[in-house]
Amino acid sequence: MIEGITIYEILTVTTILFFIGVYGFLTRKNLISMLISVELILNASVVNFVVINKYLYPDMLQGVFFSIFIIAVAAAETALAVSIIINLYRQISSVEVKDTEVMKH
Amino acid sequence: MDFSSFLLMRHEIILLAVILLLVVAEVSISSNKKSSVVHLAIFLFGIHTIAGFFKPDYGSLFGGMFHTNALIHFFKNVLNIGVLILLLQSADWIEEKIIQQQRGTEFFMLLFSSLLGMYFMISAGDFLMFYLGLELSMLPVAALAAYETTKRISSESGIKLILSAALASGVTLFGVSMLYATSGSIYFADIVEAISSDNLTILGFVLFFAGLGFKISLVPFHLWTADVYEGAPISIASYLSVISKGAAVFILMILLFTVLKPLMFIWENMVYILAVITMFIGNLFALRQQNMKRFLAFSSIAQAGFILLGLIPGNALGTATVVYFVLIYVFSNLAAFGVVQAISLHTGKEQMKDYEGLYRTNPNLSLVMMLALFSLAGIPPVAGFFGKFFLFTAAASKGYYLLVFLAVVNVTISLYYYLLVVRAMFLRQSETAIPYFKSKIYMKLGLLITALGILVLGLYSPLYDFIHELSNSIF
Repeated sequence: MIEGITIYEILTVTTILFFIGVYGFLTRKNLISMLISVELILNASVVNFVVINKYLYPDMLQGVFFSIFIIAVAAAETALAVSIIINLYRQISSVEVKDTEVMKH
Repeated sequence: MDFSSFLLMRHEIILLAVILLLVVAEVSISSNKKSSVVHLAIFLFGIHTIAGFFKPDYGSLFGGMFHTNALIHFFKNVLNIGVLILLLQSADWIEEKIIQQQRGTEFFMLLFSSLLGMYFMISAGDFLMFYLGLELSMLPVAALAAYETTKRISSESGIKLILSAALASGVTLFGVSMLYATSGSIYFADIVEAISSDNLTILGFVLFFAGLGFKISLVPFHLWTADVYEGAPISIASYLSVISKGAAVFILMILLFTVLKPLMFIWENMVYILAVITMFIGNLFALRQQNMKRFLAFSSIAQAGFILLGLIPGNALGTATVVYFVLIYVFSNLAAFGVVQAISLHTGKEQMKDYEGLYRTNPNLSLVMMLALFSLAGIPPVAGFFGKFFLFTAAASKGYYLLVFLAVVNVTISLYYYLLVVRAMFLRQSETAIPYFKSKIYMKLGLLITALGILVLGLYSPLYDFIHELSNSIF
């Protein structure tokens, strides 16, 4: 609990964070920035879980445990994505989306 | 809880043992004999598949995080059979292309880890286990999609898969956090008691559904499908379209029918609309594809739309028809991908026009392909017809006649493009037809099993009764 700050304010912040992430994912032209946008989305849900746990259900720790697992999995996800991006960079010397695409319908 | 209750996790424990044995094999087999890893992996996985058929125990573990029942156990066996066929079909490819680069064992380890994730996902008793299973099933597949590291197209499909999967799981998590906020628990058993239909719950549910829609490639979330299938190795494309999609459909069905049943008045309409647009867009885009992998990708999107028809009634009939259809779909789609893989391995050709005159040079392959396409289209004597017919029955049983009519229209459209391939193989002649080649024993066995499955499963009616009996166990 933080004095003077209600749950609504924090949830508003996380929702804004979530939609910044979605917007960034859809508009960014660089693979690394897209990855950062995904991280924003994941972090929004991490904060959500912690805040909901702390404010609404403080007698159980389910949300906090969930957030720890999300952080760990997100790290694995990022590591894998970065390794694929590096492999791609070795072939085309670029991480821009427009240079990446050869498959079009 | 005594030690023997761990036997509930029999599938998971044996598969984990297989993965660990492969690690030992990787260390102990000398590098010029690495091709024996393929035989070892197929042998071990065959044992694992057979072990799955022994009489199971049911119950839950870890305070309800993991639970299993008759239907879940049966579905794990279906996934096992699918992966076994897939291993048989891709054994030659691994032996010829991957073993040379000294990366054969990792291929199997990643594939089996992903399958392990699916087991945990469909056995999950709370959202944490579900999320971990979802990620464990998706991340290794993304690594496998980028597995041909020398091919640029493979890396591109890998990055597309990992970014869309990460976005999907982020959206799912945001939805789960809202469900947690309104119900106060992440356990399915507690959520189903506390769930109400206020706006926050509905928003959470919609975000959650969207995340799972990515995995099943329903239409607003299907954009990654065709590119990933085209770029990834064929065995991985077929894994994504059959095993991964089947497991995601299954867990979505269980969650909708049990945990989210109080929200049925919401998801009924969602599933209705998504089914219609998924069928139409999948089918219409499939019409203009020239590459066989993209063609099968859009065909599998359209099939996902048909599967949604079975979700609409929300009862044991729907469960039975969905599981039955997935079982048949495993055989039909693996047969089609198997033929594409055999041809691509021997000649490197993947375009539809390369298939012209195939019947004159390779009659057996063309017959298997024809059976597979007839089964996907739903032409009566083969299994796919019965699968589709039962799905339509399930939707009609609740009075959704318009939906069934639209689905029948889509079957007609799909018949056109499936028959385009059949026409190219049987009626067209070509100077540059693919010459005759002999497949190796594993590939022959894999195609034979799928062909037998397509022919026999539909006519063997006790199977459907058996699945129908099991379906009551989830409620």
